[in-house]
Amino acid sequence: MTVLVFIESQDGVIKKASLEAISYGRSIADNQGYNLIGVGFSIKDSEVLNSYGLDKLYNIDTQGDYYFNVERYSSNISSIVEKEKASIAIVSSSADSRYLGPVLSVKIDAAYLSNVIELPSQYEPLKVKRSCFTNKAFNETQSEKKCTVLSLSSNSFGLKEKQGKMEVISESYSNLTNNLKVSSLDKATDKVSIADADIVVSGGRGLKGPENWHLIEDLAEVLGAATACSKPVSDMGWRSHSEHVGQTGKPVASNLYIAIGVSGAIQHIAGINSSKVKVVINNDPEAPFFKAADYGIVGDAFEVVPTLTEKLKARKKI
Amino acid sequence: MNILVCISNVPDTTSKINFNENNTSFDSLGVQFIINPNDEFGLTRAIWLQQKLGAKVTVVTVGDSTCEAILRKCLAIGADQAIRIDLKPQDGFQVASCLASICKKTEYDLVITGRESIDYNGGMVGAILATQLKIPYLANCIQLELDGDNLNLQREIDGGKEILTATFPLVIGAQKGLVEEKDLIIPNMRGIMQARQKPLEVVSPEINACNSLVQNYEKPAEKGPVKLVDAEDIDGLIDLLENEAKVI
Ligand SMILES: Cc1cc2nc3c(=O)[nH]c(=O)nc-3n(C[C@H](O)[C@H](O)[C@H](O)COP(=O)(O)OP(=O)(O)OC[C@H]3O[C@@H](n4cnc5c(N)ncnc54)[C@H](O)[C@@H]3O)c2cc1C
Ligand SMILES: Nc1ncnc2c1ncn2[C@@H]1O[C@H](COP(=O)(O)O)[C@@H](O)[C@H]1O
Repeated sequence: MTVLVFIESQDGVIKKASLEAISYGRSIADNQGYNLIGVGFSIKDSEVLNSYGLDKLYNIDTQGDYYFNVERYSSNISSIVEKEKASIAIVSSSADSRYLGPVLSVKIDAAYLSNVIELPSQYEPLKVKRSCFTNKAFNETQSEKKCTVLSLSSNSFGLKEKQGKMEVISESYSNLTNNLKVSSLDKATDKVSIADADIVVSGGRGLKGPENWHLIEDLAEVLGAATACSKPVSDMGWRSHSEHVGQTGKPVASNLYIAIGVSGAIQHIAGINSSKVKVVINNDPEAPFFKAADYGIVGDAFEVVPTLTEKLKARKKI
Repeated sequence: MNILVCISNVPDTTSKINFNENNTSFDSLGVQFIINPNDEFGLTRAIWLQQKLGAKVTVVTVGDSTCEAILRKCLAIGADQAIRIDLKPQDGFQVASCLASICKKTEYDLVITGRESIDYNGGMVGAILATQLKIPYLANCIQLELDGDNLNLQREIDGGKEILTATFPLVIGAQKGLVEEKDLIIPNMRGIMQARQKPLEVVSPEINACNSLVQNYEKPAEKGPVKLVDAEDIDGLIDLLENEAKVI
């Protein structure tokens, strides 16, 4: 039997979230004695996959078309699922993967399970733990189908290297089309996105106004972190909507989440709760965030944050 | 123009989540239910198209009779009619399949779902529905404008957005950004009165299969207390993050 992983890349470079998905797939394959195959589109750095124990890679040349295309991708992947008789297909929790997963599930007549946070506890039928109610709870779900598509919650499994030698196969790009056409991308290429980030620095209304956001950006820069904000901050237009995290914004599952001048309302916490370590900087010792945090400083952001940034900069230089 | 807006009935965002029947079922006792926030953005966009272009807006939910309060609220916001498919769904596939059977009876130019529901967070119903109907789906939709017969659209992606064009029919997954927060419609007295007269049809599901079953629920373990560091001792914080938490 076979486990298949969708390997996402940007400008040909494999994304970290996909390496996690492959690590997860490798563990399943080892447990069950399955084969592990990957499907990627115009991947340029495929050698790195030898360090993650992939047995076979289908690298599909998109002929210079570098836009994600859910129709074409899912049609390519579904024919490979059929050919390889895969019973498990794994995608990450990136925007494109969560777009692809349910579409693919219909094409291969599979169950689709998102927000997966652990290895399956049982196979045939497959049973797996997932988060639900925006991280306020978990559930165990059983697939009722022979084949299952899993979307792995980011940072829930981590990277596990395993040396191997893979076979690389090329396949022609599906030419399926529909009425939905991408005309351009508007992408901040120099910034770390919340989905890819190991560390996220987030600012709330406590920062008083958009003119003070250099505090957040400077700290994020020295940490190589992504920046985020609370809902009112994006509602007031201080920051773009894409930075809004929480129950009604983006979920954050980083290793480190630093919240500055954020009160810690239940809707905010729900979205960031699956981050591993939470640090809060707030001048109100009664702020609810302190109950959800691992480390905290009761203090004025305008004093604490610049000092923290300076000290981290100095430490980096050593 | 016919628009279908799919509405998920979810616990209010401040709700404490509890389970009963030996942790196999969500405990709705004392829980206030709301229109799933992503669906509310979608509904607001639909009402805008209704007011601008005379589109007919139908709202639909798959759920038992307790979901009717939410449908009435959608009617008070301005939807023209409501459908309730009388089934307590097991999973997103089942919801999508029920919705697909509605879409096969009436032709909808635009079907609006939410990016995801904030209860089960499947993020799947719109995509499965569209793929079953063999029409395109646009996830994470943050812009929908009409330009004659063409649609100008945007999808939020990791670290940016994608700009697209399409024609009807189409299914979208609405989310924040599609409309401004301030444009969300709070029903007024007149809307509430009118909603009572608007049709709310209850239909039986034609399809019953589900692809997955939730076996049990669990709540996260209680967290230990926060470790406070003095505001003067930034080095102490850095040390903890580096050597204890090992995150920097
Ligand atoms: C349906 C619904 C959905 C929602 N979804 C979300 C969501 O997804 N995400 C989200 O974030 N919110 C969400 N909210 C809003 C949420 O309820 C809170 O209103 C919001 O999170 C508060 O944002 P804040 O912490 O930035 O602001 P505030 O609550 O105003 O908190 C500001 C904090 O800054 C501190 N502060 C002030 N000055 C300083 C200083 N000099 N130094 C340090 N600290 C300082 C204050 O002590 C305070 O704790 C939602 C609300 C509703 C009703
Ligand atoms: N029971 C339901 N009835 C009608 N629409 C639903 C239902 N559940 C989910 N949806 C729609 O599908 C979207 C995505 O839900 P989900 O796939 O459950 O995250 C929601 O935002 C709704 O628009």
